[in-house]
Amino acid sequence: MKILYPFIAVIGLIVIAFLGAEAGLSSLFGIVIPYLAIIIFLVGFIRKVVDWSKSPVPFRIPTTCGQANSLPWIKQNKIECPSTMSGVLKRMFLEIFLFRSLFRNTQADIYDGPKLRYGSSKYLWLFGLMFHYSFLVIILRHMRLFTDPMPFFIPILRFGDGFLQIGTPPIMMSDVVILTGLLLLFCRRIFLPKVRFISLPADYFPLFLIFAIASTGCLMRYFMRTDVIYIKELAVGLATFHPTIAGHISPLFYIHIFLVSSLLIYFPFSKLMHMGGIFMSPTRNLANNSRMVRHINPWNDPNLTPHSYASYEDEFREFMVEAGIPVDKELPPKAEETPAAEEKA
Amino acid sequence: MADMKADELGVSVARDPSMMTHAVPTKDWMDIEAVFKPGNYCYPAKTSIVEYLGKELPPGVMGPARDWDVESDDWKLPDNWKEIIIDGLRQRLDKFRSLKIFMDCCVRCGACADKCHFFLGTGDPKNMPVMRAELMRSVYRHEFTKAGKILGRMAGARPMTFKVLKDWFMYYYQCTECRRCSVFCPYGIDTAEITMMGRELLHLVAVNINWVLEPVSNSNRTGNHMGLQPHTLKENVEYLCDDIEEITGIKITPSWNRKGAEILFITPSADLFAEPGIYTCMGYLLLFEHLGLDYTWSTYASEGGNFGSFSTNELMKKLNGKMYAEAKRLGVKWILGGECGHMWRVVHQYMGTMTGPADFLEVPKSPITGTVFENAASTKMTHISEFTADLIRHGKLKLDPSRNDHRIVTFHDSCNPARGMGLIEEPRYVLKHVVNKVHEMPENTIREKTFCCGSGTGLNTGEIMELRMRAGLPRANAVQYVHDKHGVNTLSAVCAIDRATLSALMGYWVPDVEVTGVSELVGNALIMDGEKEVRETGLRFEALAGSEGDANV
Amino acid sequence: MYDKGKVITGLVIFVLIVTFPVWYNVRGAQHIPNPKILTKVKHCVKPLDYMRADHMKLLIDWRYEVVREGDRAKVTVDGVQYERSLVNGCMKCHVSEKKFCDQCHEYVDVNPYCWDCHIKPKETE
Repeated sequence: MKILYPFIAVIGLIVIAFLGAEAGLSSLFGIVIPYLAIIIFLVGFIRKVVDWSKSPVPFRIPTTCGQANSLPWIKQNKIECPSTMSGVLKRMFLEIFLFRSLFRNTQADIYDGPKLRYGSSKYLWLFGLMFHYSFLVIILRHMRLFTDPMPFFIPILRFGDGFLQIGTPPIMMSDVVILTGLLLLFCRRIFLPKVRFISLPADYFPLFLIFAIASTGCLMRYFMRTDVIYIKELAVGLATFHPTIAGHISPLFYIHIFLVSSLLIYFPFSKLMHMGGIFMSPTRNLANNSRMVRHINPWNDPNLTPHSYASYEDEFREFMVEAGIPVDKELPPKAEETPAAEEKA
Repeated sequence: MADMKADELGVSVARDPSMMTHAVPTKDWMDIEAVFKPGNYCYPAKTSIVEYLGKELPPGVMGPARDWDVESDDWKLPDNWKEIIIDGLRQRLDKFRSLKIFMDCCVRCGACADKCHFFLGTGDPKNMPVMRAELMRSVYRHEFTKAGKILGRMAGARPMTFKVLKDWFMYYYQCTECRRCSVFCPYGIDTAEITMMGRELLHLVAVNINWVLEPVSNSNRTGNHMGLQPHTLKENVEYLCDDIEEITGIKITPSWNRKGAEILFITPSADLFAEPGIYTCMGYLLLFEHLGLDYTWSTYASEGGNFGSFSTNELMKKLNGKMYAEAKRLGVKWILGGECGHMWRVVHQYMGTMTGPADFLEVPKSPITGTVFENAASTKMTHISEFTADLIRHGKLKLDPSRNDHRIVTFHDSCNPARGMGLIEEPRYVLKHVVNKVHEMPENTIREKTFCCGSGTGLNTGEIMELRMRAGLPRANAVQYVHDKHGVNTLSAVCAIDRATLSALMGYWVPDVEVTGVSELVGNALIMDGEKEVRETGLRFEALAGSEGDANV
Repeated sequence: MYDKGKVITGLVIFVLIVTFPVWYNVRGAQHIPNPKILTKVKHCVKPLDYMRADHMKLLIDWRYEVVREGDRAKVTVDGVQYERSLVNGCMKCHVSEKKFCDQCHEYVDVNPYCWDCHIKPKETE
């Protein structure tokens, strides 16, 4: 069910877009919905981040993954345990662009004995990197359709991505890599028992959705081509707020753009917000300098004070005096035959 | 000890169907109900303790005190307990950005799954850190997200029910907030934060455990977890001084609550009365005597540890406040802290913010070497390992490491110093200079990837012994490895909970290994002025390598 | 604490990245490609729709059959014979690379490698 429902949902989206395109609702699916989607995406994304930022970071809680800044002759791990802004930036860079933490991944197994073993396991890191980077390249490459004239990086990306010159039009490596990456990530989810157990429909849905987006894109590029000039006219039109649909574009395109719109709308309300969250995770984006610099907690309650020394001494003064521990207030003079300690006992 | 013998439990861990042995539950996790039976839960706090603490705190924090039975299906919760929890969750979402982000960002990649020592030892799927967080996320989605409200279970959402509450009580007390999972999480999601929030929420409806709250209540009133009163504390240390005199011939008379001392020394109270912590304490005493340090102990702030940090923020702050309060009252210049794990998490990451500014103190400066501890410039508290490492570096200690030649030592990084502080090399540097034979455990089990003792955060209680032995297995297994390979017979650590719990753990899994604090080994190696010509035994009266006299105890 | 400044900066950068096509396009107005056929023949070997979307497929199929398989048979459409050749076929009608091919290719950043082997016919103004 967890897998089936999201699958049906994506199929449903495809059918809706197909029927819409067949029914001639091209401006709804080509113009209105994409605009709506980008607005929901932007507003939703910003609102989510603003909502996060309305809660303070009350304590500095970086997870230190190396030697801290300590005595000058002890070598600090300035990236994994940064004490300065520049160290934090380096740590965040590694985390965001190279998935540093995933690179540490191990796989634990138990054997008779009992014996635990931790093997290196970089598959998730690799699959994740494959997926995210090819997705990024694809999004950037799509800028060729949204801009006129094109920015400098488009031909460079096209050259690099199509470097193998296989087929006509040449196969973009990112297309192959993203589909493979998605497939491998999906396989992890269904074949690894632990990951399967923890997976929710909300984990399968984006996988299927992005897979469908990438496949319809590939279909349009390699197999069931449609007139890309009309597509670009529409895309640039969208970007310049004069959208026009100048001629017939195949339903496949409307399916593609509807799925992308769905992804954009879904994004801010889902786990996909990890894209924004990774920048704001307090265990990664804070310097480990909390003993060096005082950090302020806005809701720190000044009225919450410890059980006072005075009341402590009041309770134990006799014992303290008897044990020769200095006290702030001396014992009141007492009749000699009843020492305080005995009274209490 | 656990009901099961180590070899039986060993077979059970490796063979019995669990997620670690590739068995998969047939039901969805939302349909699996927590079942409490003797041995898998900690006893609830005594009514009197909850009442007492309730009066010490702002209203509501502790919930209504009552007698309740964990195994029963009636926990005698207040009628509006769900509201209390949901309100509490809302408040905490507004107070902690970490919680909001950790609720929203998880992609369930599974990187954390087999990083948790509780999961490795039990194979219980809900001990995967991601699941532990999902227990709360599911409720969060149901109450606070549109998708959860509309799609319900399809969006991984579920309402707050008694079943969920049972899950929380079960699994937020099967987490030691060790943060190992957060090292591996691509977004740094820290289950310690989740567990802290979970426990706070449980406290709101007075679902709590005695092993945490009794020490808290003691600590609040008497200054230390065991409730030792001032004269008893002093006496205990005097006994230790007697032993020191017998072993070394040196008579030490430390001062208590002394105004005008340069340094206030605070260590977990366990070091004053329980084996093997007392040997660590003897190490401190010898070290300070060796240096002629102008320092004092305090009976009021006689607890370094802070079990408040295992219950609620308010209690953590209340207990922590004593350190600065006492430092101010005594007029010391700075504070030196003993070997403790969670104490240092609190001191390092919370104290300055929570109880500071410590503007009545000076930046810690070693009176012996003149080193200024700039890394403690604001909080003004320095770790004994930093202090000792600096002394050794400057050649200020007369050491004979061969006095530890009867020990083949490995070092256990305690969770909090390693992952909440970055104190990794200092104790190693000290060890290297006081012990000749040191071997590291395997790479994936030390430093920032270190494994918890399995009994932190107030779970070091006898009623869950099997659980503790399971959770400690990853640590024990790594010790076993160096024991077999290098003959390691001593596991050293800079944590008081470790010293107590690892002793039990070693006794169970690797019986030939003893547990020590690093300062005990320092104490053994110190050549004191005017000491006996021949040191025959170590601080625990154990025979030294090559000495002819047998240990007398 | 709140790091308001950092959050706002981050969000501004985010919005700038997402709206890249909007502000990038402000610089120049869109020019719609206008491929010119400079001869009188107004029909092709395939219908217009097919050619607009799939001409590269036709060309690559021809290349395969002619160059690799040596089948130089001509195609006849509406009684007119065409050589299956880029330079000697297509470019008889679509004479100018600049005015025909490049119009669209440059518009959507397509860079076929025809001229890696073929010699470009001279452009006649």
